[in-house]
Amino acid sequence: MSTSPQSSPAWPNLGDMPRPSKEVRLSVEQVSYAYSANPSQAPLFTLEANSFQARPGEIVAILGPNASGKSTLLKLIAGTLAPLSGRVLLDGFVTHTLTPRARAQRIAMVQQESPLLFPSRAWEFVLQGRHAHGRSLRFENENDVIIARNALAQVGAEHLSDRWMSEISGGEKQRVILARALSQQPLLLLLDEPTLHLDIGAQVDLLVTLRRLAAENRYTIVIVTHELNLAGEYADQVVLLQKGKSLRVGPPASVFQRDLLEQVFQTPLTIEQGPRGRPRVHVLPAT
Amino acid sequence: MRPLTFQRLLLQCSILAIILFAVVVVALKLGAVPVSLYGLGRDLLSLLLHQTSQLSSDYGMIITEIRLPRILLAIVVGASLAVAGTSFQALLRNPLADPYVLGVSSGAALGAILALIAEPHLALPVWLAALFTPFCAFLGAAATITAVYFLGRREGQIDSGTLLLAGIISASFLSAIIMFLLTTLTGRDFRGMAFWLMGDLSTSLQSSLRWVLGIGFLIATGAIYTTASDLNLLLAGEKEAMHLGVDVRRVRLVVYISASILTGLAVSVSGAIGYVGLLVPHVMRLLYGSDHRILIPTAAFGGAIAVVLADTLARTVVAPSELPVGAMTALVGAPLFIYLLRRRIA
Repeated sequence: MSTSPQSSPAWPNLGDMPRPSKEVRLSVEQVSYAYSANPSQAPLFTLEANSFQARPGEIVAILGPNASGKSTLLKLIAGTLAPLSGRVLLDGFVTHTLTPRARAQRIAMVQQESPLLFPSRAWEFVLQGRHAHGRSLRFENENDVIIARNALAQVGAEHLSDRWMSEISGGEKQRVILARALSQQPLLLLLDEPTLHLDIGAQVDLLVTLRRLAAENRYTIVIVTHELNLAGEYADQVVLLQKGKSLRVGPPASVFQRDLLEQVFQTPLTIEQGPRGRPRVHVLPAT
Repeated sequence: MRPLTFQRLLLQCSILAIILFAVVVVALKLGAVPVSLYGLGRDLLSLLLHQTSQLSSDYGMIITEIRLPRILLAIVVGASLAVAGTSFQALLRNPLADPYVLGVSSGAALGAILALIAEPHLALPVWLAALFTPFCAFLGAAATITAVYFLGRREGQIDSGTLLLAGIISASFLSAIIMFLLTTLTGRDFRGMAFWLMGDLSTSLQSSLRWVLGIGFLIATGAIYTTASDLNLLLAGEKEAMHLGVDVRRVRLVVYISASILTGLAVSVSGAIGYVGLLVPHVMRLLYGSDHRILIPTAAFGGAIAVVLADTLARTVVAPSELPVGAMTALVGAPLFIYLLRRRIA
C-alpha cells in the first residue's frame, strides 16, 4: 500500500494479477441461524439458509441494510457462532468445530477496534497475531519478528512500528490491525465494516490493499460493508442480504440491479458502468 | 521491534530478587529489639549451615523464631495478593480491580471464620484440619468473585464502574457479617477484628499450614502463569482474544480459580490486607510494560517486597506496640487508588 491515496493507482491493472485458482477454499453450505430471547419463544431474528463458495484470491462482499444479518453471517463463517443448520467448510474443515487455536491459525478477523486497557506499541500489537502459532508461554522468536515486520510492510505501516497505538490516526490504526491479521498467516481474512470511521481516501486505500493482498498472499477475503461502490468496484462476488434472506449472490454486475437495490435499501437510485465495467450506484435525492 | 526474551525476564527477576533479599535483611535487623548487622550475618550463616546450636544469643531466637517466619509469611502473602490483583485486572479488564477492592478478600475472611466456627464440630483428621480453613477461605473468595462478576454486568457486558461498586458494596456487606460473627461469638479464641478486616501478619502458623500456603502459592501462580500470553490478548477484549486463538472460557476458569486460591490462602493466614494487589501491578506495569509474561513474576516479587516493607514499618513506627499491616498498605494504597481513579476519568 502506498502511504498516500494520491500516489496509489486507483485502478490496479487486474489483467496483470494472477487469476483466482479453480480450487474452492471457502464453502458456505446452507447455513442458517436464529436468535431468540429464550428457547420456547419464536426467534427474534432468523438468518435463512445461505450458500456461496470462494476461491483463494477472491474477495466476497456481504451487503445489506442494517439488521439484515451481515455480521451474523460473518460470525457463522468465522465459526465463532455455530449454525442452526448447514456448515461452513474452509479447506475441508468445518469452521465451528475448530478449536480457538486451530481457527486462529486459519481465519483472521478484523473487527471494530475495542479500546486498549493499557498502552501498547504497534509492533507489540502486530506480534499478538503470532499467538496461535506458538506454545502458550513461548517467547516470540526471530521468525515471528520477521513475519510481523513483513505484515507491517505489506500494509505500508513499517514507520508506525514503534508508535503507541493510542497516538496514531484511525486510518493508521486500521492498517496496524490489518497487519496483525496478516501476521496470523490466515487462509481466510474476514473484515467487519473495516471502512467505518475512515475518510474516503483511506477507504479506497484499504480496498486497494485488500485487492493486492488477495492476489499476493492468496487470501480468500470476506468483507461486510455498507459501501456499495467500494464493493462494486473491488469485490469478485457480492452476497446481498435483506432481513436474514439472501436475495442474490454473484458478481457485482449481476447483483447491482436497480430494482433490486431500490427495493432492498428503500431509496431511489441509478446504476451506471464505471471505467472498468464495474457498476456504480448513485443515490437520488428523495423527492 | 524488541519482543520479550527469556534472558530479559530472568535478568529483571534476579534484580528484584536481590532487592527482596536486601529488604529481608533490613526487616530482620529492625524491630523492638535492636540487632547488629554483624550478629545478624553470623546467625543467618550458622542457620544456613544447620549449626543452630551456635545461636547462643538471645536475639538469635528473635531472628529465627519470630522475625524470619513472619517475613517469609509476608513474602508469600504479598506475592499471592499481587499475582491475584494482576490476574483480576487483566480478566476483568479493569485497572482498579484488586482482591480487597472487589470484596474477594472479605469473602475469603468470612469463609475462614465460618471454617473456624465449624471446625470443632466436625472432628476432622489432622491432615485435613490444616487444609480446612484455607479451603473455606478459597470457597468464600470464589463465591464472592462470581457474585461480583455477575453483579458488575450490564446488558451482558462487564461495566467497570458497576463492577467496582458491586465489589465495594460486597466488601462492606461481608465485613458487617464478619463483625457480627466476631462480636456475638464471644469467649472463643478467634483472632481479633483488626486481623480479619485490616490484615495482620503477627500470628505464627502451624507448620502444616505453612506447607499448604507455600505449595498452594506455587501451584496457583504457576497455573496463572501458563495463561500469561492469553491474558495479554484478553486486555483487548474477549472477542478479539478469541479471534486470535485464546480459549477464553478455559483461561477465565483457570485464572478465576487460581486467583481465588491465592486470595483464600493469603487471607486465611493474614486477614484482609488491602491495596497490595492494586498498587504493585501498577508500579510493575510502569517499570516493565503490560506483558503478563514479565508482569506476573515481577508483580510476585514486588508484592513480596511491598508487604515485607509495610510489615516492617507496621511493627517499628509505633514500637513496642504494633499497627496491623493492612493499615500501612491502606495508608499508601487508598490515595493511590483515588489518583488512578481520577486519572482514568480525566
